[in-house]
Amino acid sequence: MSMADDTTAHVEGEPTFDGSTPPRAHWPLYEVFVRGKRGLNHVHVGSLHAPDDTMALHNARNLYTRRNEGVSIWVVRGDAITASSPDEKDPFFAPSGDKVYRHPTFYEIPDDVPHL
Amino acid sequence: MTVTEDETRDLEADFERTVAAEGRIEPRDWMPEGYRKTLIRQIAQHAHSEIIGMQPEGNWILRAPSLRRKAILLAKVQDEAGHGLYLYSATETLGVDRAELTEKLIDAKQKYSSIFNYPTLTFADIGVIGWLVDGAAICNQVPLCRSSYGPYARAMVRICKEESFHQRQGFELLRTLMAGTDAQRAMVQDAVDRWWWPSLMMFGPADGDSPNTQQSMAWRIKRHTNDELRQRYVDMTVPQAAALGVTLPDPELRWNDELQAHDFGAIDWDEFAQVVKGAGPCNAQRLANRRAAHEDGQWVRDAAAAYAAKRAHQEVPAA
Amino acid sequence: MHSHDETDDENVYDALASADDDGRWAFGTGFDAGTAEIDAPVPEGVDRDDLATYCLMLADDALVASQRLAGWTTKAPELEEEVALANIALDLLGQARVLLARAGHLGAAEPFRVGPQDDEDVLAYFRDDRAFRNVTLVEIDLGDFAQTVAWILVLASWRLALLQRLTGSRDPVLAAVAGKAVKELTYHRDYAAQWVLRLGDGTPLSHARMQAGLEAVWPFVEELFTAHAVERRLVDAGVAVDPTELRGEVEAVLDQVLPAATLTRPDRAAVGLVGGRGGRDGVHTEALGPVLAVMQSLARAHPEATW
Repeated sequence: MSMADDTTAHVEGEPTFDGSTPPRAHWPLYEVFVRGKRGLNHVHVGSLHAPDDTMALHNARNLYTRRNEGVSIWVVRGDAITASSPDEKDPFFAPSGDKVYRHPTFYEIPDDVPHL
Repeated sequence: MTVTEDETRDLEADFERTVAAEGRIEPRDWMPEGYRKTLIRQIAQHAHSEIIGMQPEGNWILRAPSLRRKAILLAKVQDEAGHGLYLYSATETLGVDRAELTEKLIDAKQKYSSIFNYPTLTFADIGVIGWLVDGAAICNQVPLCRSSYGPYARAMVRICKEESFHQRQGFELLRTLMAGTDAQRAMVQDAVDRWWWPSLMMFGPADGDSPNTQQSMAWRIKRHTNDELRQRYVDMTVPQAAALGVTLPDPELRWNDELQAHDFGAIDWDEFAQVVKGAGPCNAQRLANRRAAHEDGQWVRDAAAAYAAKRAHQEVPAA
Repeated sequence: MHSHDETDDENVYDALASADDDGRWAFGTGFDAGTAEIDAPVPEGVDRDDLATYCLMLADDALVASQRLAGWTTKAPELEEEVALANIALDLLGQARVLLARAGHLGAAEPFRVGPQDDEDVLAYFRDDRAFRNVTLVEIDLGDFAQTVAWILVLASWRLALLQRLTGSRDPVLAAVAGKAVKELTYHRDYAAQWVLRLGDGTPLSHARMQAGLEAVWPFVEELFTAHAVERRLVDAGVAVDPTELRGEVEAVLDQVLPAATLTRPDRAAVGLVGGRGGRDGVHTEALGPVLAVMQSLARAHPEATW
């Protein structure tokens, strides 16, 4: 399977609003960052799919924090992330190298973050 | 962008060095195509197993015989949905989308653990799934917390922590039933009789019949052979069965002092092959249910996408 | 290089038979009465049987609703919704368990006791439908996802308004249950509102289904604002909430959500009562019997057993 083909499958089609052709796009991918308790940074914990930002927060809260009160969550659409990763060598995937949302999990999770 | 042969050789050498040194491969690293494909297959199969595995246990949520058991079972099945999501999330770092994997699952183009093609006939099955099936899964999965692929290893850390609770609740349920009425004890033994052999099959074919194992071990995607893990599981489970007071249905099962391990009888690989190829007791039902949920949900997913698209348009500033 | 070797291959099994871990099971599974003790004394001047019945009413609402929602398991439109719907079901089940235990402590379980089960299980599994005191809204078939989110929106808005007031109850258990549940119900209401918006203002198909779902739920709304004699007595005693006071709050939520979701407020009559009696009197729709038959079948097959 080619990366380029694969990523284009996720681009949401231009929706039409006359009611004739509802968009059948997949829900976009969101990356989730959680601060387990005060005094810690937000850390990347994984990803999920959601139709929009609000539902992404709902889903993240359900999935990654089990609704633990006092946990701060960030969600960001994967395609909004720009990243560099000096130790990693990705010429093989270069055609999609700018599509960082394909490669989200290069953040390390500290061991001391609860609930992770 | 093209990569010259020399560059590929360098990259491959880097990759091999990293893996050999127990380093982690991360999503943007160069990796051999075979490594990527093997990972996608293995992680997707694992994710599918979590999602399909919700069905046999979900079968008893509405009938759970105490409110505490109902809550635990519902939370457990919910955990499995979460595990599936963690794992699908790991596959997405390899450039494959969850929707695509779901299609492959419901088209029977990708597999899931054959164990979930057996029916849950009594509530004791819930305990036995926790004890034996989750126990076997833990044997398989704990080593994967050191898998060479970072996102998979990290997902497995989280999953293993939760699975150990699942196994514990299964064991605790069985202990309660064994201390209960004659009917409850009989229910447990019947469930053990039905699930023991399928649980041994969860480790996959014997090493001689598992062609991919060597490469997967060299890549540190797998850490132990199927037979090694199966032996460990048997050795771990036998004393637990004794503690529970149940009999494992294998007349050849006995301690081998020389090998310091248990001997056990021959697995019915014909049955395994039948189930893997789709002819198990519940294969058709499990896939049909998953397909129905996916297809029945399409209008909901479409609606949410349409709503989001409308909002995105509205939020474009007028000026 | 980051490694996860703290997850040792061997010691995972050591704790296998260790102590009960209910606390770990996220929400709803633990038995959490908040700060109050189930066996707190009945407040002075309050009728014990009335208080037990009121606990049953609020418990049965949550128990039957939870059972209905649990029916979505493995059938949700997306995996993320599996997790969300199970959360709501677990929250409601947790609320039900504390309230049933309180009712049991007040003597409600004794007429139904046939075996060694805890009070909560005697009340959940060995009462017939005529002894269930839930409003009929919670027992109806949930239909499709649109009807389900309409149902959650109405139920959570109403129960939230009720339990917010109940935090000031003179009964310490009711006050404690309410205090914990308010956070949960706020979340349920928000979840449902978000989905009503998306389905109402999504595609033409989802709009039609959302409107139909709302219409299906509507006839069961009026009962939510009807006070039973037990409730009226306990309102006077400072223990219960007057459900007739909740209408404004629930309608305010709907007035906000429905227009935003391009939905029309249904114009449908409330379901009729049987000789003036409804769910709070134990007179239910035909839907409750089968729900309980499924829920109670195994427990009743082994009346001498605990699980």
